[in-house]
Amino acid sequence: MQVITANRLLDGEVVWLGLNDEWVESVSDARVFDGKEAVAEGWALGTAAEKDQKVVSVYEMAVIEEDGQLVPVRLREKIRAAGPTTHPELGKQAQAVSA
Amino acid sequence: MYRYDEFDHGFVSQRTEQFKDQVRRRMAGELSEDEFKPLRLMNGLYLQLHAYMLRVAIPYGTLNGRQMRKLAHIARTYDKGYGHFTTRQNIQFNWPKLEDTPAILEELAEVEMHAIQTSGNCIRNVTADHFAGAAADEIADPRPYAEILRQWSSLHPEFSFLPRKFKIAITGAPHDRAAVQVHDIGLQLTRNEAGEVGFTVFVGGGLGRTPMIGRKVRDFLPEEDLLAYSEAILRVYNLYGRRDNKYKARIKILVHKTGLEELKSDIEAEFERIRHGVLRLPEEEVRRIEAYFAPPPLEVLPETSTRVEARRASDPAFAHFLKHNLNPHRVSGHTSVTLSMKPIGGIPGDASDDQMDKIAELAERFGHDEIRISHEQNVILPHVKLDDLSALYDEAAVAGFAEGNSGLITDIIACPGMDYCALATARSIPVAQRISERFGTPERQAEIGELKIKISGCINACGHHHVGHIGILGLEKKGEEFYQVTLGGSANENASIGEIVGRGFSSEEVVDAIEKLVDTYLDLRTNGDETFLDAYRRVGEQPFKEALYGTG
Repeated sequence: MQVITANRLLDGEVVWLGLNDEWVESVSDARVFDGKEAVAEGWALGTAAEKDQKVVSVYEMAVIEEDGQLVPVRLREKIRAAGPTTHPELGKQAQAVSA
Repeated sequence: MYRYDEFDHGFVSQRTEQFKDQVRRRMAGELSEDEFKPLRLMNGLYLQLHAYMLRVAIPYGTLNGRQMRKLAHIARTYDKGYGHFTTRQNIQFNWPKLEDTPAILEELAEVEMHAIQTSGNCIRNVTADHFAGAAADEIADPRPYAEILRQWSSLHPEFSFLPRKFKIAITGAPHDRAAVQVHDIGLQLTRNEAGEVGFTVFVGGGLGRTPMIGRKVRDFLPEEDLLAYSEAILRVYNLYGRRDNKYKARIKILVHKTGLEELKSDIEAEFERIRHGVLRLPEEEVRRIEAYFAPPPLEVLPETSTRVEARRASDPAFAHFLKHNLNPHRVSGHTSVTLSMKPIGGIPGDASDDQMDKIAELAERFGHDEIRISHEQNVILPHVKLDDLSALYDEAAVAGFAEGNSGLITDIIACPGMDYCALATARSIPVAQRISERFGTPERQAEIGELKIKISGCINACGHHHVGHIGILGLEKKGEEFYQVTLGGSANENASIGEIVGRGFSSEEVVDAIEKLVDTYLDLRTNGDETFLDAYRRVGEQPFKEALYGTG
């Protein structure tokens, strides 16, 4: 299972391509692209958003489902999806707690 | 310290205006990311793991209270309340917004700071000994020369698109605290038989995936030839350095492949051609720049302070601080104080906005308004009266930067690693924190003595692991963090590259492995004065290898 990720142009926030071509701030809301063709479609949407000044640095990453939630496979992407492990009060992990 | 003249002010504000317009055009869609990326990098703006990152230059690590307060203000207003001092004596902000960066650069320009050439394939911020202008063992203050190099290299049209980045370091003392031999150009101030000041010149040092110690190309380069000779080196590099493979593009590879003698003769030939031209440094200009760095008026005082000595005897934490965090000053009754940005279990090099404000205040009250950032990620007040140490220590302790651990096992260099960096393959900071906690008692640290641990989160070696007495390199293996350990590195005047001791360790194992190495050293050292590095150089890797992997 792949998802498309990027950083938002204006503030650099890590985002994933969600449903309805929206860029979402939580990996659990990302749209899953399964299979070569679907991933190609995701790439096309990402590249278009990059051209449209919405995001930068688009790439695909692998996820798995754990307890009904989408979770990145690689540690790098886990940290990117949460925030610095050294600062639990910063990044998305902090917003998740305060929400 | 150096003050901007009209030209400097004009140059920096023009650059800020340019970047403001570039950001506007990027946001308006007039520039694509491919077009914008080199422009933002030339202004120190990276895109990292979680957000943009802005790297601000602190030329030769020197700044004053006003500038430090501005950094605190930027951390508070535009970032998340902290900054990170780097191994190139710079500061990084980890969370700026693209749309705020023009305003940040304008604020920096107000206090004569900028982010120019903190990235890109150009000559980067020139680094220097952090005790420059104060150290008792200094031949001359290296900062005037660093400033001259800064002026020469800033937007140098010929050297703005080099094959790869280019780093210059300079030290004014025989004991090299600026790691000059692991820089593209390393300069060590020296005197010739006539007593004139000049430079021993090293070329082709560097870390990264191919670590190399710089090769000496000149025993004595006269002061007046500093720029002409540097230009000759850069020209030879710019002409022959590889541009087809970025991993082979640094000057160290050119030195290695071409051979020292051939390269030296190329440099000398170019130097001969240009040495009598416009780059010859007029003596009056050197003296003019030097005047900016004139030391503050310091009264010669007794060599010891009775106030300090009385407290030393009764306060062990203060005694540790005095023992490890002071560097001998050239003026009796004074010292250079290292404020430790390595609290036990803390993040190496991080400072909060409040801490930055406090450092500014302490520098103004006790340190003639002078501050230095060391490449070891600490903060230095170079000119402090011995009599003021007690009061300074008390305030630093409250602010959280009075750990007496300078040069000890918990004074760890660590790159941001995978907690921040888009290139990293493993985390560095958490490993540093766990080592710091493991060895953090004052008694244990003092017993172990001088031991430099340096940690990088990828092969690019921003954490200088190759020159750590113990170096740790974080890699990824089968999806897990994995740490390779090197022994015997050093970045001083007897520089050496550490050697890999054997197979690496998981994140869970690595701190235990470090403890085994330390225990092995404590068992085999001849006495308490033999440092880890000395012992390693005496006995070699075998006992350490056996301790880690057994005899089989």
